[in-house]
Amino acid sequence: MADITTGSFGGGASTVRLRAALEKIAIPVGALIVSALLFSVFLLALGKNPLTFYALIWQGGFASSFSIQNTLQRAAPLILTGLAFAVPATIGLTMIGAEGALVLGGFAAAAIAVPLVGAEAPVALTMLIMVAFAMAAGAMLTMIAGWLRHARGVNETISTLLLTYIAIATMNFFVEGMLRDPNSANKPSTVPIGDAYKVGTIPGTDVHWGLAAGLVLAVLLYFLMYRTTFGFAARVTGGNPRAALAQGLPVGKLILTCAAISGACAGLAGYYEVAAIHGQANASLVAGYGFTGILVAFLARQNPLAVVPVAILFGALDASGGLIQRRMDLPDATIQVLQGLIFVVLLASETLTGRIRFFQAGAGK
Amino acid sequence: MLETKISRRSILKSGAAGFAAAALPLGFATRAMAQTPVILGVVYVGPRDDFGWNQAQSVAIEVLKTVPNVTVIEEENVPETDAVTQSMESMINLDGANLILGTSFGYFDPFMIDLAKKYPDVQFRHAAPLWNDTMPMNLGSYFAYLNQAHYVNGVAAGLSSPTGKLGFVAAKPIPTVLSNINSFLLGARSVNPAATVQVIFTGEWSMPVREAEAANALVDAGCDVLTCHVDGPKVVIETAESRGVKCCGHNADQGPLAPNGFITGAEYKWVTIYSMFADMLAKGETLPNVVVGGYHNDMVQNSAYGAGATPEAIAAADAAIAALKGGMPIYVGPLKDNQGNLVIEGTMDNYDPVLDGMSYLLEGVIGSTT
Repeated sequence: MADITTGSFGGGASTVRLRAALEKIAIPVGALIVSALLFSVFLLALGKNPLTFYALIWQGGFASSFSIQNTLQRAAPLILTGLAFAVPATIGLTMIGAEGALVLGGFAAAAIAVPLVGAEAPVALTMLIMVAFAMAAGAMLTMIAGWLRHARGVNETISTLLLTYIAIATMNFFVEGMLRDPNSANKPSTVPIGDAYKVGTIPGTDVHWGLAAGLVLAVLLYFLMYRTTFGFAARVTGGNPRAALAQGLPVGKLILTCAAISGACAGLAGYYEVAAIHGQANASLVAGYGFTGILVAFLARQNPLAVVPVAILFGALDASGGLIQRRMDLPDATIQVLQGLIFVVLLASETLTGRIRFFQAGAGK
Repeated sequence: MLETKISRRSILKSGAAGFAAAALPLGFATRAMAQTPVILGVVYVGPRDDFGWNQAQSVAIEVLKTVPNVTVIEEENVPETDAVTQSMESMINLDGANLILGTSFGYFDPFMIDLAKKYPDVQFRHAAPLWNDTMPMNLGSYFAYLNQAHYVNGVAAGLSSPTGKLGFVAAKPIPTVLSNINSFLLGARSVNPAATVQVIFTGEWSMPVREAEAANALVDAGCDVLTCHVDGPKVVIETAESRGVKCCGHNADQGPLAPNGFITGAEYKWVTIYSMFADMLAKGETLPNVVVGGYHNDMVQNSAYGAGATPEAIAAADAAIAALKGGMPIYVGPLKDNQGNLVIEGTMDNYDPVLDGMSYLLEGVIGSTT
């Protein structure tokens, strides 16, 4: 390697690209390892064996077909909400409203299903309409924030956070009011869509189709953001909005489109929560997937493809959380401490980007 | 549905027959589980030290840990979402759990019903009166009617409050909560016919900030005794104490939190149920599908009286407890709701299934369910 490093000033574009890519992987992976080491210190301080801890994560997350399915079940919504953060982040927007878009999307799907199921509409048509409503409802919510950002200069982080509260309150208003199923006395919910209209699981597994939808969208969005002129324009805008404007890029349209994609991804996650799991809309939709998605996208460095393995890693952490509580007698917050630690170390490690010589060698500096 | 409930009521009326016998009329003879060791998974919705619902459960579960062939595994802070399915499946598949206790209301439908179908060899029991005989037989309910203890709270509060204006911070307008509010009012009115209960719903089982706001608002409105039905009453009790008003507890003993104003509190006595479970498991028997009760079979209790309780209040509350143990009905008609509609005509048995569908606030309660 050394001869390439020294001898390739400007030579070998592929080496440069390879090293740049390596940097993108090495820094987050390094951050993960550092977090794991720091967390081991934390465990030792509690008198627990870190090796047991990591062995249990392996056992609970990956070691058996049950564990893998449990991990994937938990990863499914995280892929979609991770994408919901990653896409607008590419254009420089920090939109943290995936939770609200998920809830509103799930609610819209459940609400539109009520008359359709009542009229015994064809299953495929009903599913299609539910998906459309879920994605549109989610997109509408984030587009409000996108428009406020572009037209009025309102900070999109604040507006998406506040819109999340509005979305949850809106769902509660209808679920506890006019759309409440009279049979749901104890847990206000919409009328159940019934098993016939529910989305099944991927054959041979207990994992619902939301996982497949997440995988497909991750690939599609990767191509959109990294292989099309739209994606290029979005990334230019993310890098320098003024320059983008000066170049005549349609910044407003780009922002609104990215915001819409974000909300649609989260809305779709909401659809699967309703159509694959709960069968109705109720407070169970507010499960925090939207917020965990932020963490996932950060660790994936906003890359749609990287969102998938990171979501699976977080799914595994969640899946093994219970096992760790039960076997090691650690509090439930343990996994949250680990996730928080990963987040902080990751943010700190961002500052290393562009500062490690090895990755810069040959880049023309 | 109705059939089950009627049989349940008849069982309860037979009262003293005891729990094991209570299962028999439903037609579920206890089946020997032989010498199979029991791996018991317990799932909680919040932290086990919340001064409330989860703590009350967790403290009582300890009794099951003393049974020789029972291993208890516990998981806390499991939300009422798909997460509970995944936690319970993990207990079954990775720890070999063969008996699961779900201790939060929202775990039951659809999660535990679906799991009971998927794992017919695993026994599931849930802490709310929701099971009926159309559901899987390896599933069941256990529950205590806490409104009886809230009635006693009301009696003591009615005689400890100078103004007769009582405040109630409630989570959600669902039947169990409404019954606690209404019973609290009826208890207070039994000793002070002019007493009122002002209620504020927070909308969530656990929302400490809103609970504090509601408690402050009630004190500002002139209430001089506060009580609540939320998962963790700590915030309401501490707010009442710091504002210098009296309070009644809920779920667990909050006496230590309010050394000056605590009157008494409505507590579950889960240990009665779990001791019975422990006995049955030690003998290798299958748990009954339905276990319910209240004061008459020692499944609820009131916290030790605090400094806020006046001597008259203590005497009247003790008398009310004795009367409830003897089966005194709480809902004696005619009773109107606070909209003026006649909602209860005659005398209702304390376990009448009609009461499980309560959807109104009685006249004397200030507030609305919507």
